[in-house]
Amino acid sequence: MNASMSWLKAYVPDLNVSDTEFTDAMTLSGTKVEGYERRDKNLERIVVGKILKIEAHPDAEKLVVCQVDTGDAAARFDVKNENGVVQIVTGAKNMKEGDLVPTVLAGGKVAGGHDGGPMPEEGMAIKAGKLRGVESNGMMCSIEELGSTKDFYPEQPENGLYIFAPDSGVKPGDDAAEALGLHDTVFEFEVTSNRVDCYAMTGIAREAAATFGKALTLPEETVHETEENCSDYIKVEVRDADLCTRYCGRVCTDITIAPSPVWMQRRLASCGIRPINNLVDITNYVMLEYGQPMHAFDLSTVAGNQIIVRRAADGEKFITLDGQERTLDKDVLMICDAEKEIGIAGIMGGENSMITDSVKTVLFEAATFNGPNIRKSSKRIGLRTDSSSFFEKGLDPANAEAAINRACHLVEELGCGKVTKGIVEVCAPLPAQKRIAFDPERINALLGTEISREQMLAYFKPLEIAYDEAKNELVIPSFRQDLNALCDIAEEVVRFYGYDKTPTTLPASTVSSGKRTKQMEVEDCLKEVALYAGFSEGYSYSFESPKVFDKLQLPTDARERQAVKIVNPLGEDFSIMRTLPLNGVLGSLSINYNRRNKNVRLFECGNVYLPAALPLTELPDERMMLTLGFYTDENKGKSGEAFFELKGVVEEMLARLGMRVQGASGALSFCAPAAAQDGGCCGGDAACCEARPYLHPGRQARVCFTPSGKQDKDCVCLGYIGEVHPDVCEAYEIGARTYVAVIDIPALMPFASFDRIYHPLAKFPAVTRDISMTVPKTVTHAALEEMIRQRGGKLLESVSLFDIYEGAQIKEGFKSMAYALSFRDAARTLSDEDVAAAMKKILNGLESLGAELRS
Amino acid sequence: MSDTLQELRDRALAQIKEGITPEKLEEARVAFLGKKGELTAMLKSMKDLSAEERPKFGQAVNDLRSELETAIDEAKKRMKSAMRSEQLKAEAVDVTLPAKRQAVGHRHPNSLALTEIERIFIGMGYEVVRSTEIEKDYYNFEALNIPADHPAKDEQDTFYLGGDFLLRTQTSGAQVHEMEKGRIPIKMISPGRVFRSDEVDATHSPVFHQVEGLLIDKNITFSDLKGTLAVFAKEFFGEETRVKFRPHHFPFTEPSAEMDVSCYKCGGTGCRFCKGSGWIEILGCGMVHPHVLEMSGVDPETYTGFAFGLGLERLALLKYEIEDMRLLYENDERFLTQF
Repeated sequence: MNASMSWLKAYVPDLNVSDTEFTDAMTLSGTKVEGYERRDKNLERIVVGKILKIEAHPDAEKLVVCQVDTGDAAARFDVKNENGVVQIVTGAKNMKEGDLVPTVLAGGKVAGGHDGGPMPEEGMAIKAGKLRGVESNGMMCSIEELGSTKDFYPEQPENGLYIFAPDSGVKPGDDAAEALGLHDTVFEFEVTSNRVDCYAMTGIAREAAATFGKALTLPEETVHETEENCSDYIKVEVRDADLCTRYCGRVCTDITIAPSPVWMQRRLASCGIRPINNLVDITNYVMLEYGQPMHAFDLSTVAGNQIIVRRAADGEKFITLDGQERTLDKDVLMICDAEKEIGIAGIMGGENSMITDSVKTVLFEAATFNGPNIRKSSKRIGLRTDSSSFFEKGLDPANAEAAINRACHLVEELGCGKVTKGIVEVCAPLPAQKRIAFDPERINALLGTEISREQMLAYFKPLEIAYDEAKNELVIPSFRQDLNALCDIAEEVVRFYGYDKTPTTLPASTVSSGKRTKQMEVEDCLKEVALYAGFSEGYSYSFESPKVFDKLQLPTDARERQAVKIVNPLGEDFSIMRTLPLNGVLGSLSINYNRRNKNVRLFECGNVYLPAALPLTELPDERMMLTLGFYTDENKGKSGEAFFELKGVVEEMLARLGMRVQGASGALSFCAPAAAQDGGCCGGDAACCEARPYLHPGRQARVCFTPSGKQDKDCVCLGYIGEVHPDVCEAYEIGARTYVAVIDIPALMPFASFDRIYHPLAKFPAVTRDISMTVPKTVTHAALEEMIRQRGGKLLESVSLFDIYEGAQIKEGFKSMAYALSFRDAARTLSDEDVAAAMKKILNGLESLGAELRS
Repeated sequence: MSDTLQELRDRALAQIKEGITPEKLEEARVAFLGKKGELTAMLKSMKDLSAEERPKFGQAVNDLRSELETAIDEAKKRMKSAMRSEQLKAEAVDVTLPAKRQAVGHRHPNSLALTEIERIFIGMGYEVVRSTEIEKDYYNFEALNIPADHPAKDEQDTFYLGGDFLLRTQTSGAQVHEMEKGRIPIKMISPGRVFRSDEVDATHSPVFHQVEGLLIDKNITFSDLKGTLAVFAKEFFGEETRVKFRPHHFPFTEPSAEMDVSCYKCGGTGCRFCKGSGWIEILGCGMVHPHVLEMSGVDPETYTGFAFGLGLERLALLKYEIEDMRLLYENDERFLTQF
């Protein structure tokens, strides 16, 4: 909403404040000023000049030399002159001797060039100088040079200088910017959606009057009607009253189309509305002044002297007054005459009833249409107009009558025509006057203030909120649709008392201990390890392209393809809610790789969205997933070292939460997908055990936790790690080996613990033994370790693999493995016999796995 | 002392002194003090002495032995210390050579800002809770006084998921969920991801984060809201920070306000950063609308409360002077490692 200071002053004449004072005070009282622009920005030394003489330039065919009388201005600004006459050389052609023109004197400034192109921020300085050898001490201006356009100053000729009309009353030396109404400021207001009344000059003026404590003068609405009855000219019928609560019509006769007066043109121009003619300007003027859109029909085009307001038919076509054909549907409200549609209600009139210069009798319409309906219709038709944007907000029906009367008043004032007697209207019962019990104590209690009852009433007065003393009730004016309860009244009080003046206190509330949820702490714990391990945190979108599933090589029937779809996405690339967390990290790694960033490590902690059924019948499962990803140099990647590095990070993370490979409560394990076929693990969830198609088939593992400590049916899948499948890397344009790990946080929550219990440090020495053996390649480390532990019994304190070797010297199909074992008893020093017995059992067990001991 | 002993002493000490290499020193030790050394030979020759001369001579030989032993030890020490200092000298490094850094990861600016916000409110006794990102229409709109045809529904361009489901456009629904739990007082903040169908540009992202705050109890006032948020602003932006509350409109609070903080860059005098105004808009807030309380089962006759919502990205962009929001979702390492 824009409003110029000069127009506001028409209603608040005593408003004499600077632009910044106005901005600050209005913003603090609730009518936020977004910004303002002075219309005379960069205009300096702009005076009225009278062209006394025009002579040919001695050396330039296209230039002329003018003697311009600038009254006392030239002397005031110390510009070279002779009795106020200044010599100016110009290339303009449209002037004649005796014309009055806006003139910038040397040393002054104009806003821009005469071509109306973009205006330089600092304006353009005009200096004294010689043009082709002839002295020139200023410049005569077009309206473009003064920072405006012909749109708003229709009297400006197509090319050339602006020439003041002979009856404009200006004389040489006058301030030309003043004469053109340019000493004005246009304020841009951010009006909140609840303050429909402030989408009008009068509404802003009321707020300004209340803010600055000045008197408000509302516009004249009185009409001197003719003897003819309006109702003899027109009948109105509203068939769809749900979409039109009020329809007012008035008829004016003897219309003479002419330009509207300068004051009206200037005001419209200040709000960015182009003056057209008196009739159109009146409807636009009243729309801005009252916030009530109006329409004018040429009554001679209205068949049967009848207006019918009804819904359109589905698929019906209609040509609006901009000449476009529009397709309608049964939810679009139409204004019709006895035979045809003549306008789309609240949006745009029809070409078939538009006002032409030959109009004699006019029907004004001011109606109250259903806001949401207009909003939706305007969206469906694809036509949003000034008018529809007003109606969308939901207008006050009382305003329609006031506005139509104001328009008729202006018809008379402008001598544009005669107004017939009365209004033709169809109106649903107007909403009852709202009353709110006045309770100053409660208002103060809500605000934490001690504002007196009288003071509160004083704030209400300029807002036209009346007080019924007998009932102790506040009577709310109809235009304040936002005031419905005492809390709304409290806001009226506090915004005029001053938000800044209310006390600043802390709640005298019950003392409480602030905290975060356990899951948040768990997430932070995991993130901390990731950070220490060199992973930086990334954030990515929750929605992505369905193509992600193909990039990740998911089979067509993969359950991850069952994703929640966005009905109105920003595009296909953002159309489904992610079911896998990988794309965010892989996409970011790709960006980094292609920007030549080396060895990038990223993690993200974010939700995936797993629907129980599609379409949704209940909220999907939002699971927080921690995803780690990095790409690495080929050495580390090819050898598989990177895999074990990542495995180490995951082990460290889970260890922080009390989940260890050989933990006191449960066992953590990393299982290759093949092992899944042995069945039964992960709660029988086969899909979880299957190889993940986006990972290297031989370099991936499920992260499993078995609360019982045994590889058993209560195994829970906490996530997975692996090398990204080379085809997937190619799809993401990552030219390096890439590794990822995903931790399903809700899955580990039941087992995550921050509890710690101290174990006494060993007092007796440990006995160590090494075992070196060859075993078939198919035997895993896990199987060997499991066997050693099982056979080693209580005395075995630790097992660690210290060498693994395949190749020459080892027979085909075998590998060499070497373990360091440590035995210890907490209560005594172990004897050689104790250890020998344990070792024997262990070696027997290993042999049963096909191991051959190496000496 | 006999002349022979004296002569031996002088010779030995001279040799030890000049014995700069460990090998020479060892040679000297063997030559004089060894089993077949001169001093031992000397001792053996004692048998040729008279009984009264023997103890005297023996004493003299033993004294000389200790003297020589001490001299050798000292020579050894000197030698070791000379070698150590030579070693240390040789091992000197150019300390200005580049560091070998332990690569530690960096937190995202969003998370840094959130951690700070959480710290401040936890300090004031607030609980941190979460609520779902996919939400039912009721919790995102209706329960917040935004009925079906409310224009605010259009202002916040919503992503719909079919049926009653949508991607929440604000964290304010968390207020409703918290109130529905039926426990009062409520003192919570709820950070989370929100979605609006804005095209991506330097200041808009279809995915961003908000932090909602809610306090419900008896006798909570608008002044308490101001005080609480002023504490937050000072903690977050610095002790010198001033706050300004401006009237605003949110359907679910009344009275409503927007809070500005004095520009922490220029201190409020006006600069490029605050577009010359001296103030920066930070958050929206207000007293919870009694109708919202009522819909969520809180008795508005007994309880009042305040709520606020702030944009995490906005705070992060301001605090770290990041000029383009898109950087937050690209995860370029060169960006992330700056935090």
